[in-house]
Amino acid sequence: MFNYLANPNRFLRLQGVVQPWLVALTVMVFAYALYLGLVVAPQDYQQGETVRIMFVHVPASVLGMGIYVFMALAHAFGFVLRHPLADAAAKVAAPIGAVFTLISLTTGSLWGKPMWGTWWVWDARLTSMFVLFLLYLGYIAVWQAVEDPRRAARIAGIVALVGVINVPIIKFSVDWWNTLHQPASLLRMDGPAIDPSILVPLLWNMGAFALLFITLLLYGLRTEVLARRVRQMELAQAGAAG
Amino acid sequence: MTEPTLRLCGRELACRRGGRVLFSGLSFEVAAGEMLMLRGPNGVGKTSLLRLVAGFLAPVSGTVVLQGGRADTPLAQQCHFIAHQNAIKPQLSVEENLRFWLAFLGAGEGSLAADENVRLEEAIAALRLQALRHLPGGVLSAGQKRRLALARIALAPRPVWLLDEPTVGLDTDSQAALCELMRRHLEGGGIIIASTHVDFGMPATRTLEMRPPEQPAAVDGEDDWFGADAAAVQADDDGAAGEGRA
Amino acid sequence: MRAFLAIIARDVRLGLRAGGNIGTAIGFFLTVVVLLPIGIGPDMALLQRIAPGALWIALLLSILLSADRIYTADYEDGSLEVLSTGALPLELVALAKALAHWLIAGLPLAIIAPALGFLLNLELALAPMLLLAMATGSLALSLLASMGAAITVGLRKGGLLISLLILPLYIPLLIFGVSVTTGGSGGPDITWPSYLVLLAIVLLALVVSPLASAAALRAHLR
Repeated sequence: MFNYLANPNRFLRLQGVVQPWLVALTVMVFAYALYLGLVVAPQDYQQGETVRIMFVHVPASVLGMGIYVFMALAHAFGFVLRHPLADAAAKVAAPIGAVFTLISLTTGSLWGKPMWGTWWVWDARLTSMFVLFLLYLGYIAVWQAVEDPRRAARIAGIVALVGVINVPIIKFSVDWWNTLHQPASLLRMDGPAIDPSILVPLLWNMGAFALLFITLLLYGLRTEVLARRVRQMELAQAGAAG
Repeated sequence: MTEPTLRLCGRELACRRGGRVLFSGLSFEVAAGEMLMLRGPNGVGKTSLLRLVAGFLAPVSGTVVLQGGRADTPLAQQCHFIAHQNAIKPQLSVEENLRFWLAFLGAGEGSLAADENVRLEEAIAALRLQALRHLPGGVLSAGQKRRLALARIALAPRPVWLLDEPTVGLDTDSQAALCELMRRHLEGGGIIIASTHVDFGMPATRTLEMRPPEQPAAVDGEDDWFGADAAAVQADDDGAAGEGRA
Repeated sequence: MRAFLAIIARDVRLGLRAGGNIGTAIGFFLTVVVLLPIGIGPDMALLQRIAPGALWIALLLSILLSADRIYTADYEDGSLEVLSTGALPLELVALAKALAHWLIAGLPLAIIAPALGFLLNLELALAPMLLLAMATGSLALSLLASMGAAITVGLRKGGLLISLLILPLYIPLLIFGVSVTTGGSGGPDITWPSYLVLLAIVLLALVVSPLASAAALRAHLR
């Protein structure tokens, strides 16, 4: 399966077929999820309308973290099986993940203003997300700094894998540093403690964000494959010109 | 140290740098006591071939094997590679530079401190560095630096010497000293591959004329995943989608 | 083993000779410590409160400052290629280089840091623990810095990139390093738990850094 898709020509063909459907699906799911989140879901009796920020904030945070893990897995895959498309997938995913993380930080800050009375609080979660954003920036900078794409892929892979080892350590140390955060309520073993009237729209929004990520990732990969092909042709031309 | 059956073989080597094919289908063979001279115009891939043998470049296809060498040691560790850079620390004296490489590369197993001193003195004498030994590497002239770099190959015994333009900056006396060093290495059953424009007059010399490829040849390799020639893969595809969308 | 020690000895010697940058790093450290009271104001009570954290930040910035030269010289003069053809695995070469950097940059800075603490009105009782934590933690700082140096060797904007890559990884060390000396004031005593976590991070860096450095160096040498 992966072997089959790792060939860029097959990938481009498949992506061309899937893309319109994927875009349509993403738009529809997003429209429904936002309708649920912004209109149907009830106000929180403490937080009022601001609770609706959560429908954007939580999916963006989850994907912001998830995409970094995805990148590390893609690179691990690329290291073992030498599929250049795996490294390219990580490269394309990084800016998307960085933007999701930035959305998470911004919405967290917007939510914080009415709740905490200030735009920014050094809350453990916000701080961890901030550090994650820095990790994304470093990773993206590596791709830009190394010219040869194959070398860049290897170096970026090392950076991503070292980063993913450090994510839990950073998370743990930031929690240690700031033990004032709320306990994570979505990932409890005895079932989510959130009321279904909030949870269902939240899950729809997560699905919508995930679809958005997949759509953008495939588009980005297409661009990446074509860009590298252009580079190859330029190099070949330069070589032929002697 | 080296067995008489030593033989360095490169088979069907192809090399790609910066997306273009430097050479492909290149084969060579050097036996113990022989020297292979690489000739050809600039940019033809002489340095790349040497780096490929030394293990700094992975060939797109083909293999390099040292027959009769030590099976438990990678080829790179049986080679001395003299590149364009001299690997000299300007803050350290000539002797300190050499002592470091001696300690790092090792003078062969079971060697005593006394042996090492002997080797150090031999290397210094072979490249006429006696008068310079206490000077810091930073004050040496280009030719003197080159001699110091070449002294490194006389320190630790390794069967294969890969020399990239070893005579650059050397005066006639130093060239003669280098020739003497190389002659002794070959007599001891060693192998030398050198890219050079100077004829060293070694007894057993083979020459490899390298020419630029007529047209960029198609070579199987990782780069092709993104290359225009990846279109070839479509041919052996199951053909379900045919030419696909343009 | 002999080759391993030879690399450490050579790098320490290079660091001590003219052109080594240990003096520069110490000077930088001193400057940051002087800039702090100037920026914040000479409030002795405030300075006393922030002294451990300020010293840690100055320490990790100084170590990072000297990091980008760890591999650059060896890469440029071709030594790195020769180092990669020795019998010593490249992982151990990287470890030796990192240990040498710790000996000539990390450890001296960690030792003078508590002394400079008196400029920031550091509590006398905290100095021994601060020294211990910094001496231990600086090993991980050097290991991570040399990993950053290996990742960015040969790149034009390497120095800037190291900071972006490595400073986020310094955060856990900063947090636990500081909490070794600030835990005493109110609440349970977390001095030793913090120190043990710091030690654990150092041990992890001891494993990860040589592996990642060697992988990065191989990618650059190819």
